[in-house]
Amino acid sequence: MSEELRVKTMEEHIAQGTQPEILFWVGSAGSYDDRAKKISRAFVKILNKANVEFGLLGPEESCTGDVAKRAGNEFLFQMQAMMNIEVLNGYEVKRIVTCDPHSFNTLKNEYPGLGGNYEVIHHTQYIKELIDNGRLSLEGQVYKEKRITFHDPCYLGRANSVYDAPREVLKNTNATIVEMKRHKKSALCCGAGGAQMFKEPEKGDMDINVLRTQDALETNPNIIATGCPYCNTMMTDGIKAHEKEDSVTVLDVAELIANSI
Amino acid sequence: MEYIPNILFALALIFGITFFTRNVKKLSRNIKLGKDVDVSGNTSQRWRNMARIALGQSKMVVRPIAGLMHIIVYVGFIIINIEVLEIIIDGLLGTHRIFAPLGTIYNVLIGSFEVLALLVIIAVVIFWIRRNIIRLKRFIKPEMEGWPKMDGNMILYIEMVLMLLFLTMNAADFQLQQLDAPHYTKAGAFPVSQFIAVLFQEASISSLIILERSAWWMHILGILAFLNYLYYSKHLHILLAFPNTFYGKLKPQGEFNNLKAVTDEVKLMMDPSADPYAAPPEDAPEPEKFGASDVMDLNWVQLMNAYTCTECGRCTSECPANQTGKKLSPRKIMMDTRDRLEEVGKNMDANKGEFVPDGKQLLDDYISREELWACTTCNACVQACPVSIDPLSIIVEMRRFLVMEQSAAPTELNNMMSNIENNGAPWPYNQMDRLNWVNE
Repeated sequence: MSEELRVKTMEEHIAQGTQPEILFWVGSAGSYDDRAKKISRAFVKILNKANVEFGLLGPEESCTGDVAKRAGNEFLFQMQAMMNIEVLNGYEVKRIVTCDPHSFNTLKNEYPGLGGNYEVIHHTQYIKELIDNGRLSLEGQVYKEKRITFHDPCYLGRANSVYDAPREVLKNTNATIVEMKRHKKSALCCGAGGAQMFKEPEKGDMDINVLRTQDALETNPNIIATGCPYCNTMMTDGIKAHEKEDSVTVLDVAELIANSI
Repeated sequence: MEYIPNILFALALIFGITFFTRNVKKLSRNIKLGKDVDVSGNTSQRWRNMARIALGQSKMVVRPIAGLMHIIVYVGFIIINIEVLEIIIDGLLGTHRIFAPLGTIYNVLIGSFEVLALLVIIAVVIFWIRRNIIRLKRFIKPEMEGWPKMDGNMILYIEMVLMLLFLTMNAADFQLQQLDAPHYTKAGAFPVSQFIAVLFQEASISSLIILERSAWWMHILGILAFLNYLYYSKHLHILLAFPNTFYGKLKPQGEFNNLKAVTDEVKLMMDPSADPYAAPPEDAPEPEKFGASDVMDLNWVQLMNAYTCTECGRCTSECPANQTGKKLSPRKIMMDTRDRLEEVGKNMDANKGEFVPDGKQLLDDYISREELWACTTCNACVQACPVSIDPLSIIVEMRRFLVMEQSAAPTELNNMMSNIENNGAPWPYNQMDRLNWVNE
């Protein structure tokens, strides 16, 4: 454990009579996946640094149901959504930030129809906001000599047309940002979406993450940046498949920023 | 006797249009077999999309070479059709070049039709080479074997022949004008066909007239035949691209619809005052089927999507699953949907308008489960489609059927879903441990 993180659950906020500016939706990956937990920690480090009063749901948070919906289980999705909406509405949550584009997409687009209306933003958008408002300043020394390429998560990019925020934020690392041949609208999926994360791929010639990592490696990067815990896993596995784990690392935008503070 | 050509022309026109109307009715009936879907509101946005995407071809030029050539053929098609208007009037009235009194404007029009016709021929030849000599990957996928391949080439041949007939007709006309042939008004400019006319310099007036009339007749009959070929062909996109882009998805691509029937049930389940053992009221409608196993379970926009698909394969070439050798091809999803819908339509035609179950369905008989489960829902296919087709929505609808009606998800996904049911996460971890990461 490196440094102490300051976090408060919504329950604690209510008990202490404080009103958080924003709710940090951690998501299942950010809560339980060993790699994604580091992203959650990095993001909280940023929030702490910028003195953001935020809340967490903790044990009151449950899976958004996104992955069930993509797998075709609309029933399970709506059960999860309605339970979460009850909790969120109970706390009168207005604004939500999350490091997971899948949670971002479903909370933002699919929850309103079921009675959950919130302003939902992705953590790269929130970090940009913090920098733009002067609440977060960066040293930007650590990655100065590095080449970074950003892999667009499908549910952030194509699904919701958020292309600029992560790129703007990455500029603050002072690294050289290089684009893959296929990026933004034409970015190739990492292979995890649509519930693929939880199953073996169908028979084919190669795995999607290996192909996508090839795109990234063509830019000759030191770091592949992502904004999604699932993309992170897929790209990390891809790097291993290409036997490049010694020279290329996969990091979330939040981690790159947290390390640049 | 002198009215025979006019009568024959009128008959051909009536026959062509009647047959076409019959096909349009069939098309519309088949599309209406789909479920209703709310497409209300946002009318101005819809018009803008249609203008930008269909009329303005904005998504075609994402691939510049194919896009540019497509625009040439498309503009050529639309503009040269002004000439068809003149041909129809001439045919009915027995006149010749009735718009000739427009003078300079007429000359400019005819001149530009000719240049366009030449450009169309060039573009069509390049298209043919791409399909048959270079054999671009997206044109030789398994779903393109047989009829789809022939259909693609047939369209190119027809377009080429129509353009050549148009230029031959003009060349003969130009030569007749030079020879002061009666009835052949001196009108028009012939920047392209004057070079063809060189070939006819030795020809007599009477043989030139035969040539001009034959080309004229074959050109217009060819157009009427082409019009009626549309319904049987992928070329239907020239009409349906417009309504299809109009009714295309306006919401963010990542937003999937929430099934209303499910919402009602979930609300009931979560309502503490509801009696879970209560018998449904007598007049309760039959519970709605979740998801789609056949074309009638899809909505009409999805069915229109299927008829609009021109099998260009941009979706498939962008699909991550397809690129890595999986069976899934979004184009095949659309082609299968259309083929099955056609089959259902023919079944209805044979049974006095009623569909008689034929023991077949879209799922398994056309689209395999392996294809459906290979999708990453990444929206690359939706993004790639130049006419706003949404293959992903069909895939999801069919997954819904598999999971909710048949409990037929892959085992790993069933495990994932029972984890969510039991502990609120796709992994088997305790919900109380959700904050452990803070102190790790």
